[in-house]
Amino acid sequence: MLTHLRPAISLTVLFTLLTGVAYPLAMTGIAQLAFPAAANGSLIERDGTVIGSALIAQPFAGAAWLHPRPSASDWNAAGTGASNLGPTSAALIVAVAERRATWEAENGAAAPIDAVTMSGSGLDPDISPATALAQADRIAAARGADPAAIRALIEGAVQGRTLGLYGEPSVNVLLTNIALDEAFPMAPAGN
Amino acid sequence: MTLLAYAVYFAVLVGLAWALAAWMARVYTRTLPAPLLRVEGALLQLCGAAPDRSMGWTAYALAVLAFNAVGFLLLYAILRAQGALALNPDGIGGMAPDLAFNTAVSFVTNTNWQAYSGEAQLSYLSQMAGLTVQNFVSAGTGMAVAVAVIRGFVAAKGSALGNFWVDLTRSVLWVLLPISIILALFLAWQGVPQTLQGAVTATGVEGQEQIIARGPAAAQIAIKQLGTNGGGFFGVNSAHPFENPTIASNLAQSLAILLIPVAFCFLFGRMAGDRRQGRAIFAAMAVMFLAGLAVIHAYEVTGNPAIGIGANMEGKEQRFGAMLSSLWAASTTAASNGSVNAMHDSFMPLSGLVMLINMAVGEVIFGGVGAGFYGILLYVVLAVFLAGLMVGRTPEYLGRKIEGREVTLAVLAFLSMPLGILVGGAIAATVPAALASVQDSGPHGLSEILYAYSSATGNNGSAFGGWGAALPWQTTALGIVMLLGRYAIIVPLLAIAGSMVRKPQAPVTSGTFPTHGPLFVILLILTVVILGALTFFPVLALGPIAEETARLAGQSF
Repeated sequence: MLTHLRPAISLTVLFTLLTGVAYPLAMTGIAQLAFPAAANGSLIERDGTVIGSALIAQPFAGAAWLHPRPSASDWNAAGTGASNLGPTSAALIVAVAERRATWEAENGAAAPIDAVTMSGSGLDPDISPATALAQADRIAAARGADPAAIRALIEGAVQGRTLGLYGEPSVNVLLTNIALDEAFPMAPAGN
Repeated sequence: MTLLAYAVYFAVLVGLAWALAAWMARVYTRTLPAPLLRVEGALLQLCGAAPDRSMGWTAYALAVLAFNAVGFLLLYAILRAQGALALNPDGIGGMAPDLAFNTAVSFVTNTNWQAYSGEAQLSYLSQMAGLTVQNFVSAGTGMAVAVAVIRGFVAAKGSALGNFWVDLTRSVLWVLLPISIILALFLAWQGVPQTLQGAVTATGVEGQEQIIARGPAAAQIAIKQLGTNGGGFFGVNSAHPFENPTIASNLAQSLAILLIPVAFCFLFGRMAGDRRQGRAIFAAMAVMFLAGLAVIHAYEVTGNPAIGIGANMEGKEQRFGAMLSSLWAASTTAASNGSVNAMHDSFMPLSGLVMLINMAVGEVIFGGVGAGFYGILLYVVLAVFLAGLMVGRTPEYLGRKIEGREVTLAVLAFLSMPLGILVGGAIAATVPAALASVQDSGPHGLSEILYAYSSATGNNGSAFGGWGAALPWQTTALGIVMLLGRYAIIVPLLAIAGSMVRKPQAPVTSGTFPTHGPLFVILLILTVVILGALTFFPVLALGPIAEETARLAGQSF
């Protein structure tokens, strides 16, 4: 055992320097030079302030906005979490039924499954195209805009499957809301 | 469409693994380009590792234990002291002793069970110089041990098993590090943060404040997947949009999870000088993997009628949907990875059953890097032994007799799984101090306990997240079963290798049972199913199977 101690300690030090210091620092350096926006969290700035990250859901409650999926961690991006409720959990079944009632009352349409279930991260930036389109009439009414125009904007924002095979079509809530605000400004803000 | 998507995915996976196995064969047989050999030789000399000295199985095992003990002590010290150390922009304090023990054991044993939440309880120094390092070297340890065990089966009579320091260094320098660099940069390009700046405070569109945790994540996530480690940078692992921002990042990580474990099958064939041997083991693993995947996929796509029509989206991200979440769940539990892109606690009961079986059979369906392959060799020894009993001949594998000593050692190693899962789980299901961890009532609660102890003993690291992993009872007990699941398998397997290599290699005759044909593949699968799965069937019947029957009867808990 003792004869192994020197290589054990020396190699631990060597690998700590190589894989624990040099490797992450080199990756940081290259990533910061090559794609700084992505490597710093895909932050979105407006008038010099950070308003969020394109990858991270934030809460939207107003009638004029697309709403994200419900979040178990209340959109806390510094302490994430899911419901982790099992499929036969009464708490899950009751909670989903309540969310469905609220959602359908708000939007006057049947709620797709992603609109009433919590994501794994609590920060899912996306909703399904069906969930987005079902909110179009409410948004149009709140913004005094043509529902067809809102729907067209949402359809343009749908990201399809990768290579046509993988993943599910989705709509990024924050980016689409920013686009909505530019195309259909609300009366007080847009004069 | 779905079938095409899976077919393309697996074709790419097998192609990459095939190419990697060719490279790994050069890495481990010293036929690397001369400059690389000079670099590794110089580093090993510097570390006093005497690279030319070959080791028997006892020396090899002691070197593994010494190296892992040093790694444990260093990581434990860093975690305890992180509050006073550098690279801590968010001002995170030192870890409690039991949690630091659990975390250090977890990363040294390639389990990467997380009883903590990364963004809240780890400084950047702990993530980089602590966890990332063990992500590399625990994977390297598994690969080195697997190569040594393979040598025991295939090398000429009386050979040594190799040199641990050389095998470890080669695994890290020439396999793990280069692929990690490529993957880390790809992930950073896709949107995984790689920055030393702390959290940023955003003022949302509706005016509310949001603190967004960041960090040097891409570098760690690359090796977390490639080394079948699985410990996430953030608490919710690869479900977090920063760990896994796009469908492309998801595919790349999925492939990385299975890449080296699949490559080991083909590497074995090359080292044995008979590629059919490696393909037979690959075939057995692939059949078991695909069967499990089919079950998970079917249940998750069909969804949970109790909460609505459509796929089971509770705990899943919209962009991944049911298919990519099912593929990941099957891969991460089969390959002893343990990262998640969806919350396993919320999967349907029989999806959970498959995940439990994948882990409880000992992580041998591809399994962890290296660990999965030496694990399946244990079942190979037992399968060949059973075949020998059936036909009444002394069993042989690759021309070497399997005798009492090897079978005894294999059974001994095998017993660590039921010991950790059934005994550890039974205690956790009865002691009040441990029962507080259970979130869900009814059979799902038992599944949560079983999942935790299967994950820890199998060195997987994924969890049913609702279960309270941070209780001192659990951090301690799970730390102990993680050690059991790692070293009570490594040491007997090295002993088997040491014993095999001393035996003469008999030539193949017409009476030799061929271990490369479909008959052997079926026998190997049956051995895993009978020994592995049936050991746990009674308790699985009380957990996920009971939950499924209750669900079908419309019951909730």
